[in-house]
Amino acid sequence: MAAVRLDLGDDERVRRRDGSAVLRMTEVEAADLVLDPHDPVTGERAAERMILNMGPAHPSTHGVLRLLLEMEGETVLRSKPIIGYLHTGMEKTGENLTFLQGPTNVTRMDYASPLFSELVFALATEQLLGIEVPERATWIRMLMCELNRVASHLLFQATNGMDLGAVSMMIYGWREREEVLRFFEKVTGLRMNHNYIRPGGVAADLSDGWQDDVRHLLDIIPPRLDEYEVLLNDQPIFRGRLQGVGVLAPAEALALSATGPILRATGYDWDLRRDEPYLAYDRVDFDVVVGTCGDAFDRFAVRLEEIRQSLHIVEQILDLLPDGDYRTQDKKVTPPPRARIDESMEALIHHFKIFTEGFHVPEGEVYAAVESPRGELGCYLVSDGGPKPYRMHIRGPSFANLQTLPHLMHGRLVADAVAVISSVDPIMGEVDR
Amino acid sequence: MSETDVAAEAHEDAPVASTTLFGQDVLYPDRGAYLATVESLRDEGYCTATDLTVVDYLTHPGRSGLPGGVQPERFEVVVGLFDHARRERVRLRIQVPADDPTVPSLFDLFPGTEAMEREAWDLFGVSFEGHPDHSRILLPEDWVGHPLRKDEGIGAIPVQFKSASDRR
Repeated sequence: MAAVRLDLGDDERVRRRDGSAVLRMTEVEAADLVLDPHDPVTGERAAERMILNMGPAHPSTHGVLRLLLEMEGETVLRSKPIIGYLHTGMEKTGENLTFLQGPTNVTRMDYASPLFSELVFALATEQLLGIEVPERATWIRMLMCELNRVASHLLFQATNGMDLGAVSMMIYGWREREEVLRFFEKVTGLRMNHNYIRPGGVAADLSDGWQDDVRHLLDIIPPRLDEYEVLLNDQPIFRGRLQGVGVLAPAEALALSATGPILRATGYDWDLRRDEPYLAYDRVDFDVVVGTCGDAFDRFAVRLEEIRQSLHIVEQILDLLPDGDYRTQDKKVTPPPRARIDESMEALIHHFKIFTEGFHVPEGEVYAAVESPRGELGCYLVSDGGPKPYRMHIRGPSFANLQTLPHLMHGRLVADAVAVISSVDPIMGEVDR
Repeated sequence: MSETDVAAEAHEDAPVASTTLFGQDVLYPDRGAYLATVESLRDEGYCTATDLTVVDYLTHPGRSGLPGGVQPERFEVVVGLFDHARRERVRLRIQVPADDPTVPSLFDLFPGTEAMEREAWDLFGVSFEGHPDHSRILLPEDWVGHPLRKDEGIGAIPVQFKSASDRR
């Protein structure tokens, strides 16, 4: 650890029970306070303090996030994020799918970075199984995940720009992201919800000529990042909308279990890729990007620089990616090759068993975590020895990060609320699961 | 002194059962010693609570791996703490009986568990004493039942809709 001790700040602000920033009120109670011009009583009360409902279908709420804002004039006093509009019981679904089908379920959680959910599920399953995946599979996973981080952060740049009125940024961000998704489509068959990383390795080897495709990405994205900097960083309106808005101290971020760019933007130097290395992150060189004051601008800048760091990792993977198998040859989890099925009855039965009953995973419980573009993505798996998880819990970084919202918006104007939501970058599929 | 305080004191010196599963440290404090254990871990340097969830062991009661002296119960509250300076994680598994599914809230120690405890209440019906906003989080406020419990069925169930407002 660094010798210089970071001033963590005071975390008492986020511990208050009186709800000075967090609105702790049911929807029904809040509905009674909503301004009704026909009601003389509430009309009067609303003149000083009113409850404003924002969302769930507001364009800047990134999906279906609803906020109750307690306002005094244009100032936000307390607020409450209301979630669950996208809740589809994916943890329950996970208990009713085999370990082989599991990635098809978890990949739909964080739809902006699906490969990370698949990865963390596969890592947890592999720990329970006690199997090692081949080197090549590990490096392919790293390559795909880092490209996914690029795509996810590009999506953030696009939506963040759009939320703040830089509408052309939206088009640029989507344009570059599309290039990455095109590569994903070539390798995995799909632009999103890939089901590519599976327990035991990956679904298929990289496509022919993948080096050229990746080099193409490495060629086109960095110059465009420089363009973004000119477009956004150097623009006084953009800076004015973000600088000093939604400030969080490191101690507050830690107390609120915030992770990822939100934690790093406060100046706290923490990244699971470096501090708890998984895959082969200890064999590549990259910098952990940190901010200085934890405002919305820092969160924007951290993500922009993380794209560059991810591309730097991808560049190293191009040279380091070893030859070999792309999935484990452990017959317990890997179906036989297609050609064997034509020759051998046993291979056909084996194939059939794996895809109908699934493979049995030894009893136990395990927690695996990876650094997703939004922070610590964890998977807690409990197996009872059967082919399906007994319990599958995903620790979604957006779910925890969303708790910072009321503290970031407290005392700011309602116009800043949009900038703050955008800078937290929640993906509602993962929040609601 | 309330009953929980007495229980916490009685367990203060008793060592908390622990195991290592797949290289991960797991502690098994009982309910009375739960808060005191988390507090002493926090003071030791476990600076953030990464995760809090519940497992319903209704259909898998005879789970192995529990150390001796830990009485298995239907629910298990699972808490993950992370010490950044030493880069160590620890997981706490607290046994919670089905007839009284209540544990103290961690809000005063780790405010970040607020949403996670609400989720645990919502989906499992385990309540957290002293939680500042003990309400449902993912499901509608008037929902009946706790769907992640093992005795809640899956498949086609009538969806509960709130009646549309007739005010407009």
